[in-house]
This record gives sequence, structure tokens and C-alpha cells, in this order.
Amino acid sequence: MGMSLAGAARRGAAFAARLAPGPRRALALLAFWFVIAIVGPLLAPHAPGEIVDRDVFAGFSARHWLGTDYLGRDLGSRLLWAVRYTVLICTLSTLLSCGFGIMLGIAATAMSVWVERVLGRLMDGLLSIPSLLFALLVIAAAGESVPALILTMGVIYMPGSYRTSRALALRIAQADYVMAALARGEGRIFVILREILPNMTGPLLSDIGLRFVYAVLLLSNLSFLGLGVQPPLVDLGSLVRENVLGMVYGAPAVVVPTIVLALLTVGLNFALDRQRP
Amino acid sequence: MTHMISVRGLHVVGRRGDGGEVPIVRDVSLEARRGEVLALVGESGSGKTTIALALMGYARAGCRISGGAIAVAGHRVDQMDAGELRSFRGRTISYVAQNAGSAFNPALTLHQQVIEPALAHWVLPRRDAERRAIELFRAMALPHPETIGARYPHQLSGGQLQRLMAAMALITEPEVVVFDEPTTALDVTTQIEVLEAFRTVLVHRGITGIYVTHDLAVVAQVADRAVVLRHGAVCESGDTPEVLARPRTPYTRELVAACHLPVRPKGLDPAVDAASGTAPEPVLTLSDIVVGYGRVDANGLPAHRILDGIDLSVTRGRTLGIIGESGCGKSTLARASAGLQPPAAGTVRFRGETLAGRVARRTPEQRRRVQIVAQNADLVLNPAWTVGAILERVLRFFHNLRGAVARAEALRLLDIVQLPHAVFDRRPPELSGGQKQRVNFARALAARPELVLCDEITAALDPVVAAAILTLMSDLQETLGLSCIFITHDLHALRAVCDRVAVLLGGHVVEQCDAAALMRGAHHPYTRLLVSSVPEMRPGWLDEVVAQRSAAAAPFVPTAVGEGCPFVSRCVTRIAGVCERVRPPVVATADGGRIACHLPPGDLPVLAPGNSTIDA
Repeated sequence: MGMSLAGAARRGAAFAARLAPGPRRALALLAFWFVIAIVGPLLAPHAPGEIVDRDVFAGFSARHWLGTDYLGRDLGSRLLWAVRYTVLICTLSTLLSCGFGIMLGIAATAMSVWVERVLGRLMDGLLSIPSLLFALLVIAAAGESVPALILTMGVIYMPGSYRTSRALALRIAQADYVMAALARGEGRIFVILREILPNMTGPLLSDIGLRFVYAVLLLSNLSFLGLGVQPPLVDLGSLVRENVLGMVYGAPAVVVPTIVLALLTVGLNFALDRQRP
Repeated sequence: MTHMISVRGLHVVGRRGDGGEVPIVRDVSLEARRGEVLALVGESGSGKTTIALALMGYARAGCRISGGAIAVAGHRVDQMDAGELRSFRGRTISYVAQNAGSAFNPALTLHQQVIEPALAHWVLPRRDAERRAIELFRAMALPHPETIGARYPHQLSGGQLQRLMAAMALITEPEVVVFDEPTTALDVTTQIEVLEAFRTVLVHRGITGIYVTHDLAVVAQVADRAVVLRHGAVCESGDTPEVLARPRTPYTRELVAACHLPVRPKGLDPAVDAASGTAPEPVLTLSDIVVGYGRVDANGLPAHRILDGIDLSVTRGRTLGIIGESGCGKSTLARASAGLQPPAAGTVRFRGETLAGRVARRTPEQRRRVQIVAQNADLVLNPAWTVGAILERVLRFFHNLRGAVARAEALRLLDIVQLPHAVFDRRPPELSGGQKQRVNFARALAARPELVLCDEITAALDPVVAAAILTLMSDLQETLGLSCIFITHDLHALRAVCDRVAVLLGGHVVEQCDAAALMRGAHHPYTRLLVSSVPEMRPGWLDEVVAQRSAAAAPFVPTAVGEGCPFVSRCVTRIAGVCERVRPPVVATADGGRIACHLPPGDLPVLAPGNSTIDA
């Protein structure tokens, strides 16, 4: 077990070394946020719902590093929990959207023209609905729950992923090395998994990263509107919304979650964007 | 100021990924007098283009001119600022790029682009610029000089675009023109027209030319002096005839030798046949193959045919060469044989077994026996795989070899194609062009094929590397007893490896003959044109060819297109009323050739042995 783990780590490192600097930085940054999402709440000094101070919207202090919120709860602890929910929900929904999107995108290039036409129109239809409106509709109908959120966001971002991966796969499917594999008589699955997919990883990882950023923004939007994550659970968007009154006092309770949100999205964007090492 | 161009101690460096700098051009000095054409000769990576661009004060992204003095027409290029460079480039010195097809903007008419430098530099008012453009089009021998400018780039051929690009470079009447491999991408028949057009214009206008190329035969035709470059430094320089006839350095000698490939020894073949007493056994037979696209007619034949009624066969242990200009259907022939492009009609037989048109319907054994080695090793090897994995996959797929056995066999294959074992763990992007082509070849051999289809395997390589690949191929073919189809547009390469030759034109085989007979005896008029168009490394050759051709009749536009001979529009010996209407009959010649021509065999053009110095 230890051997295979070490082997996997070595393979992972070798894989990362072959990646373009953009996706590599983005992966490192994502790993950092994952660590916070997993470990953070364990380090939180207080339970997220515990009222610890009578002073609401308190500023930075030694006792409450990031101050308190509108009910006098410890903001630092709540922030750690909020990061966990934001990262978790967005990761799952991105996995869902990109997983299906990539699978269908590649399948569309390998299967008959009709599959592609039907899929393409379906995806275009989905793509034409404004995402926030679509999410509002679904959640209004299905009720606000974390699984519903994940599913909705997964559906919303699938068409984009489908299009990107289809475009990439189409180009690679024309490559001469794919022709060489077909001339050898390789099966469809082998060609997809071994010849086409490895050459898509770089651009695909960038695409997945961007879709994660979109998901974070949409989830925060929904939560800010009160339709996302519901109390007692908390995410970055709902943290901003519930403390929005603190804006007039310049309370950390509204400023800090906003900054964290910006760090998460803008940081990832920057990491993916910069072409030069 | 005695020299139009004078470069002293030029250094150009490039930035590496880690921030360090590597020299690309080292201490290069050269000069050219007014009206002289100076050739920069070398293989890829020798720095020839970098030097040519440095003359214009330009270094490609990541590079920097780090030292030396560059004087062009009395200007110190290395001391100019951006504004001075802007008015200098396109006005005093101009540039003709290698690939005119991608250098023109497809959204603008050619006229707009050709006169743009004149307008940008305020040299001429628009009307005069247009007039001068038409004059240049005429000087370049372009068809319809008055109206050709109204067309768009995609409507013209590569050779025409190359001449238009030269017209664009000349419109400001510059002192110096840099030609960067302007004919490398062209067919030999087109190359002659373009070279002649360039040369005439340069001589008439007294322009100083810098001609960048790797082709010594072209150098012999256009350049007064030549500078041979290697690894960014001058290897040898001097007057062209001197450099070509009496190269002083080993490297130049190697370059010259690469242009004189040894002709395949013909001795063993008839002897073997005579000894065994049997007729040569065909391995692959194509009969009446039609490949095309577009609407399908009542007989199931497509409207646009890439290949039309091809009958060919490859004898066991021999190499059949397929030669023709770009677009004649050479590659399609290989793809159809490999089952990658199913024919609309006709059959492909392998050792008497009929092969399915589509590769997916062929049996693994049938697929194993016919392997294709494609032109561009960059594209044909998956960049995500290591060389070892590429070879092992084929070994496992066809021979079910795994683990240590597969690895040993893959290493043996690397030995066969003369690659070091270190290549095993590398990926294709880390290899040189020649190495990639060897891996490509090893992959085909891994299947242990009986027939190898080589599609332009040396087209993308430097002459010295290409010569090594051809030698390797010839050796392997002999030791492994392979049969080959060798597709090329390069007559030298063809003669170096082939036993028999088929000449392809417009999807038809116009002639088949023994490779040894290609340079002598009676031939199809098109074969004659092809053979006589291959540049020879002898100054004055171009003049002779041009003199011969201008004496011949003007091109002819057939009225009835379709069934006639594909060569009719360019043929000087055509029979009016017959050639454009009736498909030519196939006639057998005395030395075993087959020629599709209406001319009686006695009237066919004859290539005398003395006519060509290729044999020399």
C-alpha cells in the first residue's frame, strides 16, 4: 500500500512536471484551498453557530482574530467553515459538469454524426438559458438543499465543458498519430483514452479551473440572494449577505469574506491566465 | 562605400527558459557588392534566416542582436532606433518569405497588399503604385497582369503567390531584397518559373539579393557568391562555382555529396529473377482504383476524382517509386493502399488476397503486413508517449510481446534504425527531425511488415539527414527483404532507392518504367518535363532550360475537360483535337516501360544520357 502510494505520488509529480506552468500553478493553488477546506474547521476555535461575544460586528482583536459577526459569533471560525462549504460544493459540481461534459464531448467526436447533432442542439439549448435565472428556477421548484445546488450547477456548466472538450478532441482526432493508431486497427476506447485524452490534459485543466471559478461565483451569488446554502450551514456568499449591515461600520465581518472570495477566484484566474513562467 | 551590405562580427543570442543565453549566430562577417546575389546556405538551425533577419535589424522573439556592425546601403542597421527601422524596412530592404501562402492576408485582395509598402512609405501615389505593380507582375511573368491583383490569395497557386510576394517586396524599389527559401515549398516544375522570374528582375533592376536556402542546386543558379553556414558560424565562403566545384571544408563537401545521392545499384535484381526462373511475384496489386469526393454518379463513381483508374503493382523485395507534383494524388495512393481512404471503385490485392477498402474491415494480419510511414514525423508520433511506449505498443498489439521481451525488442529496433538507447525514454518533441523519422520507421518495422508505404519521408528533412535516412532505408530493405512504395517529389531520392517508377499526374499514372531507365530513352512528355526540371548543381543550367522552354509553344487551355490526357494543357507535343478528348492508350516500350500517350512510341521525347548530369 505504501509502495503504491509512493508510486502514485511519483507519477503525480512526473505528470505535474510535464504540465504547462499555468495549470501547474493553478493545481498548487487549488491544493492549498483544499487543505484549508479539509483541515480548517478542525482548527476553528469555536463552533460555527456559537455566540461568543455580546459585541456584534467587532473589529480585529486578540480574542477574535477576525472579529465577530452580526450575532456576535466568531468570524474566523465561521469563515473556515464557509471555505469548506464553498470549496466542497463547487468542487463536486465542477467534477459533475466537467466529468460529463468531457465524456460527452469526446464521445461526440467518436460516435456517429447524429449523436453529435442531437447532443450539440441539447447543449446549445442549455447554454442559451441565463445561468442565474436557471438556478433560481430549479431551486425555487426543488427546494434549497446542498445536493440540489450541486446538481443544478453541474448541469449549468456542463455545456461549456462539452464544447471545449469537443473542440479539442475534434482537432486531435484529425492528428496523424490518431490516423496511425487507426491504421494499426486500435479500438475506439484505446484511441480515446490513450491517444486523444493525454494530449488534451493541459487545455482541459485550464478549462476545469475556470469552470470552478464560475461555480464559486454562481454559488456566492445564489447565497447572497438567500437561495444558496441555508443556515445553519454557511458559505462565503451567505457570510457576506448576513453581515451586509456591517458595511456601514466597516466591519471585518463583511470585508474579510469578500476578500477571501476574491483571493479564491481572482487568484485561480491569474494562475491560469499568465502564459509566461 | 564599396559594399552594399557589410556585416562584421555579428552575434545573435537567444534566451533560454532558465534565463541564460545561447549563441545562435557567432562572429559572422560577410559582404555583398551592389547588384550581387549572395546565398546563405545551411541546414535548419544553422542561423541562415537569423542572419538574413538581422540585416533588417530584426531578431525573432526571444533573440537579440548582441554584437557586431551591420551596414546596409550606407545605413548602420545595428544603431537604428525603432522609428528609423520602420522607415528602413520595406523601403531600403525588403523580404520575401518562404511560404507566401500563409504570408498573405486571405481577407484582402492581392493588389491592396502588393502596393501597401509603397503607400506606407509615401513612395508613390496610389495610381502610380498600381501601375508599377502591373509592370512588376508582367516582369514576373504572371498570367493576366492587369487583373490578377483583383484576386484573393486562395485563388492562386503557390508559385504565383511567391512571385506576387516578390512584386510586393520590389514595389518600393529597394536596394536589397532578402529571399528566405522562396522556392522550397514549390514543385520543381514551378520552381524553374519562379527562379527565372526572380533572377530576371534582380538583374534588370540592379538589386542586391540575399538568398537563403539549403538547396545547393538552387544556389548554383541564382547566386554569385555563397556563404556556407553551420551552427551559426561561417564555414566557408566564396564565389558560387568555386564553392560548389571545389569545397574546401569537410562540411561543405558533405553538403555537396548529399546532393549527389548514389543511384541504386541495379545489378542484383535481374540476376535474381533469372536464377529463380520465375516471373517476379507481385506483393501489392492495385487495379482500377478510383478515389474521390463529391456527388456520386450512377456507377458509384465520385464527381471529383483524386485517383482515377490506377493500375499498379509492387514486386516482392522491390521498391516502387511514385513521383509527381503536389496534388497529383501521391499521398492518397498510399492512404488508399493502407485502407485509410477507401476507394470508390477498384480492388487492392495483397499476395492475391483482396483487401477491404476500409482498414477497420481488414484482419489484424492484413494490417500488420502493410505499414505506412507518413511524411511528417512531428505529427505522426503521439507527443504524449515515450518512444519506448510507442514501439512497445505496436509489439504488443501485433505480436503480443510484453514486459522485458517487448523492451528488448524495442531496443533492438532502435539499434536497427541506428538510434541510441537513450531515446527509449524520451518523448517525440525532444527529438530532432531525423531522429523522429527514424522512430517513425522503427514503429513500422515493429509490426514486421512485408510492405512499407513511405510517404514523402524525407521531404521535411535537411539534405544531409535525408541522405542518411535514404541510405538506412535502402539497407534495411535489402537485409529484411521488404517491399516498398516510395512516394516523393524528389527525383534524386527516387533514384537512390527505387527499382521501378510510376509517374503520377492528375490522378493518372502517365508512365511506368525502371528507375535506371528514367534518365534515358523515350518517355512521356510529362516525365521529360519533370526530369529536366530538377535543378542541377551546375551554373548556367537554368539558362539552358529556360532557353529550351521558351522555344516551345505557349500553354494551351483545353476546351473540353474530362476524358483527355491530364498533361494536355502543358504538353508541347500535343495532337490538337485528340489529346484533350480521348484518354491516351497505354503503350509498352522496348525496355519494359508503359507510357500513356497518344504519340506513336517513335515520336516520344528522348532523354539522352548526356542531357543530364544527375548521373555524374
